Amino acid sequence: MGEPLLEIRGISKSFGSVAANVDIGFAVAAGEILGLIGPNGAGKSSLFNIIAGEIAPDRGEIRFAGQEIAGIGAVACARLGIGRTFQVVRSFDSMTVLENVMVGAFLRARRSAAAMARAGEVIEFCGLTTRRDVPAHSLSPPEKRRLEIARALATRPRLLLLDEMLTGLTPTEAQAGMRLVRDIRAQGITIIMVEHVMEVLLPLIDRAVVLNLGRKLLEGAPAEIVRHPEVIRAYLGDRYGG
Amino acid sequence: MAGAVRGTLVARRRRELWLGIVVLVVLAALPFGVGNAYLRGLIVLTLLYAGLSQAWNILGGYCGQISLGHALYFGIGAYTSTLLFTRLGISPLLGMFAGGGLAGFAAFLVGLPCFRLSGHYYAIATLVIGMMAALLAANWDFINAAQGITIPFHGESWANLAFRTAILPFHYVMLAYAALIWFVAWLIEGSRWGFFWRAVKDDVAAARSLGVSIYPSKLAAAAISGAATGIGGALYAQYIGFIDPDSTLDLSLSVLIALPAVVGGIGTLWGPLLGAAVLIPVQQLSVAWLGSAAGGIDLMVYGALIMALALARPEGLVSFFHIRASRGATGHG
Repeated sequence: MGEPLLEIRGISKSFGSVAANVDIGFAVAAGEILGLIGPNGAGKSSLFNIIAGEIAPDRGEIRFAGQEIAGIGAVACARLGIGRTFQVVRSFDSMTVLENVMVGAFLRARRSAAAMARAGEVIEFCGLTTRRDVPAHSLSPPEKRRLEIARALATRPRLLLLDEMLTGLTPTEAQAGMRLVRDIRAQGITIIMVEHVMEVLLPLIDRAVVLNLGRKLLEGAPAEIVRHPEVIRAYLGDRYGG
Repeated sequence: MAGAVRGTLVARRRRELWLGIVVLVVLAALPFGVGNAYLRGLIVLTLLYAGLSQAWNILGGYCGQISLGHALYFGIGAYTSTLLFTRLGISPLLGMFAGGGLAGFAAFLVGLPCFRLSGHYYAIATLVIGMMAALLAANWDFINAAQGITIPFHGESWANLAFRTAILPFHYVMLAYAALIWFVAWLIEGSRWGFFWRAVKDDVAAARSLGVSIYPSKLAAAAISGAATGIGGALYAQYIGFIDPDSTLDLSLSVLIALPAVVGGIGTLWGPLLGAAVLIPVQQLSVAWLGSAAGGIDLMVYGALIMALALARPEGLVSFFHIRASRGATGHG
């Protein structure tokens, strides 16, 4: 698979006495869709935010496109080509959909005509054209998730981090969301998806990394993951409080 | 497709600009319909505050950083241009830009430590810095301390921006000021910076994830806002002919600069002008009718009006006109 786009080595992060991540390592190839899964409290969100630059790890290295990025901050990560969405949707509510996406487009565009053209493309790609000029706060929850994706895509990322984008959607909406993810990958963008509901993710991803209690449990193809006894135990244990 | 995408936003901005031109023409013709000298003076003051509040709105409305210390930048502008004129004979036409530049730099300096604070702490810090500056100025002999400075009058002159008998020139000076700051805000709304600032106001984490640097954005907004306020301070000094710390640096002035934008519609193009058009006449008239000596009844009337407006129109007066009502209804969710 050649040089990976993203390579994580020995990442550890503690919040007070709680170890959120312990010695995590894996690699993501360019063009791959990787699932980052695990029950609640597995350390997915912490790791996700470390990759996005929002929090700095205590130890470890992250190489993105040949560059060391651990602890450089979210702004620098965005500039290097890492886009992200948020678990709890964050839209710019005083702006329209178009204006929201233009903020992202302005990362690469100086002039507003260029930003507007880029934003228009991405809005159409994400199926929000009919909602282009409405205020962001009037969107439905699934539309807001699409808006976040459009905004991130407008920055022209090479790696897109999606935080629980399928959670809370109806089966129809989730199907539409999965189509969108495949379309994004078809554009050559590498994707890491965080979900704690494993079932919805498995048909979509090439590979999964399973976290449990802050550590990497295993990584592999979806078919191997579901059969693995430790995964079953981790999930059932979580569900039944055992 | 690109043409269709451009549609609404571009059309909306063009509409705002045309509306701006129409309002400018109407305000330019206004003195010819108003003979009363007192009313004319009221209009001059209203235009000044429309400009000042728009300047405040650039930082407070678009970038979401609420400053309660803008009197500091106003005072720096007023004192700089006045001192340059009285001590060095430099025309206020130049002095106001020197004052603006210095005020912008001061706003930048205030921002350096204060933008490390988040949320309401910035407002509190600016309030304290403003009050400290007023105290220092009142004890600083170089600027005549609490006695203030009278600007000597050498006859009516555009070169010195000095007019004592006619009020009409100041009508156009203040109108030009208000129009200039409005235009700056219009430019910001359509620019990369303007989009970044509004993103910073709405959601800091989301803005960062799109590559928006938060701290430099706030500093840039503060510098432009401070500079625009400083120019207004210099114009005020020329209009009144006398400045002292009480009239140019007091906390009540900081509030008076912020209020029109807040009442009119924060973060909107027309909020500051609308707010000033309501608040400044009411404030001046309540002082004139009820007297500022009468135990502050004028302030009670003023306060009651602001409360009534805030209750009736939490989104600001602009929402009466459905101008960018969508934008007005923001930031409280």
